[in-house]
Amino acid sequence: MANPTTDRRMQVYGALLLLPAAVLLGTFAYLPIVATLINSLFLPGFRDAPTEFVGLENYALLLEDSTFWQVARNNLFYALGTIPTSIAIALGMALFVNGRLPGRGLVRMAYFTPTVLPMIAAANIWMFFYAPQIGLFNHLLGAIGISGPNWLGDPTVALTSVIVMTVWKEAGFFMIFYLAALQSIPPELEEAASLEGTGRWSYFWRVTFPLLMPTTLFVLINALINAVRVVDHLFILTKGGPNNATNLLLYYVYENAFSFFDRTYAATITVVILLVLAVVATIKFRVLDPRTHYQ
Amino acid sequence: MTAPTAAAASRRFAARLPRLETLAAWLLAIVWIFPLLYAVWAAFHPSEFMVRFDLLAPLTLANFLDAWEQAPFARYYLNTFLLVTGIVAGQFVVCTLAGFAFARFPIPGKDFLFMLVLLQLFVFPEVLIVENYRIASALGLVDTITGIGLPYVASAFGIFLLRQTFKTIPRELEDAARIEGCGWMAVLLKVYVPLAKPTYLAYGLVSISHHWNNFLWPLVVTNSVESRPLTVGLGIFSAPETGVNWATISAATLLSIAPLLVAFLLFQRQFVQSFLRAGIR
Repeated sequence: MANPTTDRRMQVYGALLLLPAAVLLGTFAYLPIVATLINSLFLPGFRDAPTEFVGLENYALLLEDSTFWQVARNNLFYALGTIPTSIAIALGMALFVNGRLPGRGLVRMAYFTPTVLPMIAAANIWMFFYAPQIGLFNHLLGAIGISGPNWLGDPTVALTSVIVMTVWKEAGFFMIFYLAALQSIPPELEEAASLEGTGRWSYFWRVTFPLLMPTTLFVLINALINAVRVVDHLFILTKGGPNNATNLLLYYVYENAFSFFDRTYAATITVVILLVLAVVATIKFRVLDPRTHYQ
Repeated sequence: MTAPTAAAASRRFAARLPRLETLAAWLLAIVWIFPLLYAVWAAFHPSEFMVRFDLLAPLTLANFLDAWEQAPFARYYLNTFLLVTGIVAGQFVVCTLAGFAFARFPIPGKDFLFMLVLLQLFVFPEVLIVENYRIASALGLVDTITGIGLPYVASAFGIFLLRQTFKTIPRELEDAARIEGCGWMAVLLKVYVPLAKPTYLAYGLVSISHHWNNFLWPLVVTNSVESRPLTVGLGIFSAPETGVNWATISAATLLSIAPLLVAFLLFQRQFVQSFLRAGIR
């Protein structure tokens, strides 16, 4: 087997097999990452003027840009508002449909269906709920004599409205991972616990929840990535407004690049997103599964 | 993770939920499905019934006709169909080759290369819209369906899944095929690919749903009806400033989601299993 020429040929063959993927990843993943880092050090050339190297000036601008700070804060609140809530709801859903429940299939379908809708369609539907005068929420509130807030137009409420819609969209997806994990817990555990007179509540906190920890961490990583990656709904619901109250980092990148045509500043904000993702990736590979060697 | 026996066992012993929890489970289900049901209600009734729930309200298809006339949905369907088919076909080829290489070939620096590939699990093409747009335009791919799809073809996720699957296939099968005189390509096509069918099915379903629903990158890279997929068409059609009435928007929304939604309702188990299989890394 240890024939040097065959080995050599195997190497060449393997490299050729990798080539298409390498070219594509190089073009659409590595090259843009490097270009983003480089461009964040330049100012865009206006008209036909060449771009101008300015070192860290864009970063200095970023630190002084109060809109950037607001957007970063929004994104943090958005993550804090969506992630724990959708994880808790997903876990609740999984516990519900893992038990003996009349109409289990229907209930599970109801929970999961939002997952297969595009974010744009989900946002359209929620627009009907949130719209100020004619929206369903305010119509129903009006019927019992309460004048509801302007769900998407009031800067103090708008981000929460966006968060609620996101939780609705995401929870069912996370549910299926909890459901699979629950079904792999040996039922003998629960029987033993109930023989010993352990209540369901303490069984959940002392047995089920710790056993589900790997699933929770997996879901958490996914939710973190989604919190910086998915901004589709903003295009329909708020366009980042009112007054940037619902603007998120990636949407701010989009605005800078394609509305204000300042692509080097957009690159600088992208670097911030890449840093966030790098932290998430580090948590994933170093902290969560340092023993998984992907063999 | 879902050993079928354990699943069956837990189902058999699963405790009956107390009445209060059954009620809560059902209430939550109604709340969760309500938005979709509401969209169906709005789409099939005249617009004056948007907030008037009258069971005897007349049903109508006029909203669908309006939507179909006001925007080129037939073209959007075609574009989405071409886009999704192209991406999945491309991903199958490229990821199969790369997954095979990572699973079976002694490439120098393989572990490092594999970590580089996994990076793309975190940095999706849509995060890099600014530079990817410049690259797409340098390659003349702006406003083409190829331009929307190409950045997704070398999917780290697909490479990872196929590599894991190929690694579980016993070498003896491969050796047997080689004794019969098969070359590497034949080994791949006759031994590895057929045995990885469930992975292809799972990955294909996840990829179809993802790209049917994808929005940001297609929005950035397209600017005409000829290349826009359904999501982008719907987004433009239903932007509040266009002033299209809600009943029509509901109908358009349902039109855009119908194929995937119907497929999901018919093949629920396969969908859920696929998301699970693909999600467990």
